[in-house]
Amino acid sequence: MRKADIANLVCEKVGVSKTEAVELVEYVLECMKTELQKGEPVKIAGFGNFTVRSKGERKGRNPRTGEEIAITPRRVVTFRASQLFKKYVNS
Amino acid sequence: MTKAHLIEKVAEKAQKLSRRDAEKVVNCIFDAIRDALKKGEKTEIRGFGSFRLRIRRNKDGRNPKTGETVPVPQKRMPFFKPGKEIKELLNQNQEVNQ
Repeated sequence: MRKADIANLVCEKVGVSKTEAVELVEYVLECMKTELQKGEPVKIAGFGNFTVRSKGERKGRNPRTGEEIAITPRRVVTFRASQLFKKYVNS
Repeated sequence: MTKAHLIEKVAEKAQKLSRRDAEKVVNCIFDAIRDALKKGEKTEIRGFGSFRLRIRRNKDGRNPKTGETVPVPQKRMPFFKPGKEIKELLNQNQEVNQ
């Protein structure tokens, strides 16, 4: 499943044109990204929550040379699937 | 941000859509990802990330109350891996975030 496939489903289900469907899917993703960039969580009932976590500096190693290097502090997105979603893929 | 906020945004953006249609758009997107995973199919969204299944092997768990060993069967877990673009987006202002 790719973005174009999702847009096709939106097009069929909602009855908008292909172009509009592509734009709508793109827009939804854009909204989610903007929110995450602000550090805010995105919570989708029945699907799951996307949250931003800040990670402090930690030590890593260059696997090729074995050299020890510092991994800079960074922000990462984590996703926790909802109970419903977990049940759904196992049913 | 919740799903309701997303629906609100879509309804504002696409004026010709009714609120109900905006709701359908948002639901349709997440249902598509969910249904694909159920079929064991992964979803890759450029610029955002990918969703795939991870298999949790069966293992022995314990009832924390009684200490009794109980088998936990193998199960499938939805897993999200953020894409490169979103990783970069979140760390653009590294100096500011630190």
